[in-house]
Amino acid sequence: MNEAMRKPNDFKSGVKPIWCPGCGDYGVLSALTKAFARLNCAPEKIAVVSGIGCAARIPAYVNAYGLHGLHGRALPAAAGLKLARPELTVIAAGGDGDIYSIGGNHFIHACRRNVDMTLIVMDNRIYGMTKGQPSPTTEPDYPTHLYPAGTHVQPLDGMSLALVAGANFVARAFTGDPNDLAEIIVEAIRHPGFSVIEVLSPCVTFRPEEREWKHQIARHALTPAGSVAEALAAVASAPELSTGIVWKGNRPPYTGPGDQAGKRVQDVLDSFVA
Amino acid sequence: MSDTPQDNAAARESVSVAITGSGGAGVITAGEMLLAAAAHAGWHGIQTRSVGPQIRGGEAVSMVRLATFPVEAHDDAFHLLVAVDWRNFDRFAAEVLLAQGGLVIMDKAAGDVPPPLKERAGKILSLPLSKAAKEAGSRVNMVALGCIAALLGIPESSLEHAARRRFAAKGEKLVEASLAGLRAGRDLTMQEDLADHIANLRLDRPEKPDKPRWIVSGNQMAGLGAVHAGVRFVAAYPITPASDLLEWMTPVLSAEGGMLVQAEDELASINMIIGSSFGGVPSMTATSGPGLALMMEGLGLAVSAEIPVVVVNVQRGGPSTGIPTKSEQTDLNIALCGMHGEAPHLVLAPLSAADCLFTTAWAVELAEALQAPAIVLSDQKIAQMKAISDPLPLPAVKVARKVSEACAPHAYKRYALTEDGVSPMALPGTPGCMYTADGLEHGENAVPSSRAEDHAAMLEKRARKLRNHDYGPAWAEVNGEGEIAVICWGSTAGPVHEAARVLAREGISIRTVSMRLLSPLPIEALEETLAGVKTLIVAENSHSGQFLHYLRAWCDLPQEVISLKHAGPRPITAPEVRRAVIDAIGGGRMQESNIALKEAPVS
Repeated sequence: MNEAMRKPNDFKSGVKPIWCPGCGDYGVLSALTKAFARLNCAPEKIAVVSGIGCAARIPAYVNAYGLHGLHGRALPAAAGLKLARPELTVIAAGGDGDIYSIGGNHFIHACRRNVDMTLIVMDNRIYGMTKGQPSPTTEPDYPTHLYPAGTHVQPLDGMSLALVAGANFVARAFTGDPNDLAEIIVEAIRHPGFSVIEVLSPCVTFRPEEREWKHQIARHALTPAGSVAEALAAVASAPELSTGIVWKGNRPPYTGPGDQAGKRVQDVLDSFVA
Repeated sequence: MSDTPQDNAAARESVSVAITGSGGAGVITAGEMLLAAAAHAGWHGIQTRSVGPQIRGGEAVSMVRLATFPVEAHDDAFHLLVAVDWRNFDRFAAEVLLAQGGLVIMDKAAGDVPPPLKERAGKILSLPLSKAAKEAGSRVNMVALGCIAALLGIPESSLEHAARRRFAAKGEKLVEASLAGLRAGRDLTMQEDLADHIANLRLDRPEKPDKPRWIVSGNQMAGLGAVHAGVRFVAAYPITPASDLLEWMTPVLSAEGGMLVQAEDELASINMIIGSSFGGVPSMTATSGPGLALMMEGLGLAVSAEIPVVVVNVQRGGPSTGIPTKSEQTDLNIALCGMHGEAPHLVLAPLSAADCLFTTAWAVELAEALQAPAIVLSDQKIAQMKAISDPLPLPAVKVARKVSEACAPHAYKRYALTEDGVSPMALPGTPGCMYTADGLEHGENAVPSSRAEDHAAMLEKRARKLRNHDYGPAWAEVNGEGEIAVICWGSTAGPVHEAARVLAREGISIRTVSMRLLSPLPIEALEETLAGVKTLIVAENSHSGQFLHYLRAWCDLPQEVISLKHAGPRPITAPEVRRAVIDAIGGGRMQESNIALKEAPVS
């Protein structure tokens, strides 16, 4: 296999993103194409599956097969594809609203099902596409047009939820550090089972203060823990904007229910004889 | 031609038996064994059940009709009713009408006969069923079955065959106990003077079939049709009455190299199969009304992104949780019109338990060929019915998705505007054709577009591919000639066909049109089929007449239209259809008006 190494540009589709200038999701796109180049994947063997939202627009911008489906439903569509076509490299991607809110149930069950694929959650703590409503990760006191005095509702902790529900690889990264993000994506794809990467990805339009994240990131404050309990403790005690891989588990990936002691169609016909 | 169901000589070629008792008494088992024994002996027949929502200890009735000719539906009254007990009988009394003069056999310990039965019964016989069961070391349902078999003239060898098939896996001891119970029931019956009733109940000898007959349920046949047609990925969430379809499929799929994945909900089910079908694997889910409602957004995605999927929807009483264990034909509207936007897709309906095999396989063929979702509207009645059938041939469907070869970068157009509207689909793994399938409106190259021209072109393309397809003659079963026609869809075909048979014997010829393809509606074929018809009776198991309104919206219907409809769980019966035809003739209602709409009275 002496194929020439592929370059990040080989994985860009040329379709112009709808994202605002300065959007954090550009960094995710850049890191993702770098990761694919580093893995030297054939573009036709990759599928990027998403739901709805700014972040979920990413499949069309990647030179790979893509499925831009329903709000919240990226994970079941990705799982169906991976189970049916196990030789493909499958990436699911979306924002905090898409994955943690409307798709929350699928997130939990994707973690426990542990299909061998990688989820990238671009977390900007706001609904960008619908112009600035609070998301499940928005701070309780953050003012929006919908709730000028804040939601008074506790944010959802996606990292801890992923750990408790059984994800086999859990990490947080920052879009402003694309080389680090690319490295984490490479590791996540290589790691068997369901991998979750929460990417801090600022919304410069509706959360301009998130531009400051680049000065607040605690780079690699998270490191691989020895157990889920230790990983949970690390997530709880680390600074809010910590990055790094916090969990690499060894649960075997789910590839389907396996042999169920059945008969083939031609052999099952006898069972209908009275 | 009396409208009152009566015990008469016709019972010799068809006899109906109901076995009732509280859940757990084993009346369903008894009914299934009666059917199996009759099938073994060469009769035709069906068995259905009506149960309450309780998991254990509710009410249950097993309804069996045996005949010397193929039957797909119940008669509207039972000649023999056997009660192991009367607990909660009132909950399904309306579904189990005793024929005037019919025979009731009950356990001595069961208490008083419900008053409506007392009035109709020709004879009520109180036998020590449970006592005999105890003495024989068996169960009361076996004793009841022994009684029934003796009255109907089921050969003991066939009864023993059924008992062995049923219990062999559980050990010889259980087989012997059940045989002892069956004998005890026979002996109890033979001690009584029932000569008059036996004359009415004893079936004519059947013609011995060439090959052993099958016993099939609609759910099994839908599963078989799907796997036979090439479905290899199923994702589904448990729901009554579709769960046994899924349970049947899991082992068969695993043996065929496919899989069934239990999803976390119906939203996941439909999206999982969209994902697997996007990957090129023919895919299916099965559900019932509430699940279908949850899948609507996903079905719209499958329409827009042109991803073939099959949804077998086993209808039950609605709306909301409705009557989960009982049948109705009321998901027609949501199946046709449940999606937002304009979303052309396929809707099909099997006509019988056995026909679930062909119709589901055909749905897979059409979905794959047209790259569109197909909804199959089965219902609880045929899905969980056990029907005796001649061995069914596996249908000759040709399942072939038009796929794209590898191509040069940026040359591939996933949604190319072809003449027939079907565009070659590149499957992941095909070099050069990388594209993103999208629920956003798009251009030919799959790139999202909100341009009016693109929207119009894609809407037209997605409609055209369904409109212009040649569906052949399978869109309906059309039989008979006459100025009166009865049209129906799905499982109402059984009673309609039987009514036509009875009427033919009475010298009345009618045309019957039993529709299998509901969307796209084959308007031309339908109008051609109805040419010359002056009175059209529209039969459906719906309170509001969904089918009638659908036909009215799209077709020029005959001068007079009569709506024969009522809600589930009582199905439309053959006697109801027959009476609607007789009334239409007798009333001389051949009117010139094209807006005459009458509601046929129902019992």
